[in-house]
Amino acid sequence: MPGNDRTGRPNAATIAGKSKRVGLGLRLGEAGTAFLFLLPSLVIFAAFWFYPLAASIVLSLHLTDPRGRMTAFVGLENFRTVLTDPYFLESLKTTALFTLFTVPPTIGLALLAAFFTHVIRRGKGAVRWMFALPMAFSVGTASVVWGLLFNPSVGLLNALLGRFGLGPVFWLSEPGWALFSVSLVTVWLGFGFAYVVLLGGMATIPVEIEESARLDGAGLGTRFFRIVLPLVSPQLFFLAVVSVIGALQAFGQIHLLTQGGPMNATNVYVYNLYLEAFRNYRFGTASAMALLLFGLVLGLTLLQFRRLERRVHYR
Amino acid sequence: MTNAERLVVGTGLLALLGFVLFPIVFTVATSLMSPEEMLSGHPHLLPEQPTLANYARALAGAPLLRFIENSFLVSAAVTAGQLVTASLAAYAFVFLRFPGRTAFFFIVLATMMIPWEVTLIPNYLTMVRLDWLDTYQGLIVPFLAGAFGIFLLRQAFLQIPMEVVEAAKIDGASHFWTFARVVVPMARPGLLTLGAYTFLTTWNMYLWPLILTNDEAMRTVQIGVGMLMFQEFTEWNTVLAGIVIVLLPSVIALALGLRFLIGGLGAGALKG
Repeated sequence: MPGNDRTGRPNAATIAGKSKRVGLGLRLGEAGTAFLFLLPSLVIFAAFWFYPLAASIVLSLHLTDPRGRMTAFVGLENFRTVLTDPYFLESLKTTALFTLFTVPPTIGLALLAAFFTHVIRRGKGAVRWMFALPMAFSVGTASVVWGLLFNPSVGLLNALLGRFGLGPVFWLSEPGWALFSVSLVTVWLGFGFAYVVLLGGMATIPVEIEESARLDGAGLGTRFFRIVLPLVSPQLFFLAVVSVIGALQAFGQIHLLTQGGPMNATNVYVYNLYLEAFRNYRFGTASAMALLLFGLVLGLTLLQFRRLERRVHYR
Repeated sequence: MTNAERLVVGTGLLALLGFVLFPIVFTVATSLMSPEEMLSGHPHLLPEQPTLANYARALAGAPLLRFIENSFLVSAAVTAGQLVTASLAAYAFVFLRFPGRTAFFFIVLATMMIPWEVTLIPNYLTMVRLDWLDTYQGLIVPFLAGAFGIFLLRQAFLQIPMEVVEAAKIDGASHFWTFARVVVPMARPGLLTLGAYTFLTTWNMYLWPLILTNDEAMRTVQIGVGMLMFQEFTEWNTVLAGIVIVLLPSVIALALGLRFLIGGLGAGALKG
């Protein structure tokens, strides 16, 4: 949180003056009060996180009918079915590629943009608003806009390439291009959030540190690599964790742009899961897939904490 | 900065702004272009004869205003609910002592690791059982509390000097009074961060409204925009005019909340 809030924080004197008006008048121990304060969150968590997690585990051990009712206990059979399904294994590979195509470019571009915004003197407000704009787009609106840019006959991207004597590229209908194109949309869409987080991190760097570096004659490159990069490492780490989780869960852009095609080239994990549950109505195997995804996310996050967090510089 | 450095920063900024802004300029420009002009055979960015006719067609063609109303209602309710539940929970985690506090906080954090897809099927089945398909409560209630909000506000509350809360307690104020009159006003930037973030993410939600709603009257804007795309005669300029209309509320929310998002999300990554 920024330490400087000028939002009329009450000082101790005004608090002392008003404190006779007591709120609920309940006599509860501190633990009882804590329970009451936590209760609304607890109810939602229990109903929509803890219960479904348990239910997923139960579902994954059963066969189900199209209405989701369990019909027979099959033990780990669903997991075996999933793990030997060639489509599933193919979708794992696609998801790995998709993560590689989206996470490093998003963070890299946002880091550059945030650093450039950080060092300019004039026009900062306008620049940061423009860079943050993709945050206002949803996966739905972004997919429609990019889908039109990709359009082979009226799309502007091919018109642009044509000016340089290149193309046309069949962005979404050629198996070799489709995953790249969907990744491009994803990078653009995720850029705003990554930028805002990194810019926020740079804003907390004490002015004196950068000022003294400047007086010592440090160039832009030195400022970037020696000061800014280490000091935003907590934000970079946070983004790495959050974006990998996000990439593993990508769905909307696939659903709207390619529906997993052409020839399964963009059939990522969650799209495959969606087909299994809401097209094939096989909730048992779909639950097994969801739990395997949970395991994957948990494993990767732990790995990142082990491997990356050691290099993070917390102040 | 030396001149060479200025050149690097300037070109870098221009290139990156080009990448970020190109689709947005394209959206606005094409929404002002007549379909005849767009299909005239030479694709170009800026309209030669700008027109607002597409906006009229977008509003007439799909119940866009109804979708906006739905999304606005859902986003506002979820935002209000999250602010209440998350600030109450964060208060308990920061200012109250109770057995199992640390353990319970970690359980809350661990739910951030559960992919939404794990809960998707059971939650969908819960909705079927409650008969909450195609209802506002189905779109709102599951999102009324979240680990991210609790985490973010806990970070914000930790910045409040303990003495302020102690002083209120010595004066005999109840915890509820201290919460509502001392802690919440002091943590306003944090609350605004969470508010702006929750509003944007709820407004932009896709998968849950897609599987929960079938009735056109209950659909949210994001699903509505997808619907415009798959109509029999897709009129692209009309679709883009619709998108501009749908984007307006989130662009406004972003403009109002950006300051707090930069302050809050950046610091939220710091270790608490």
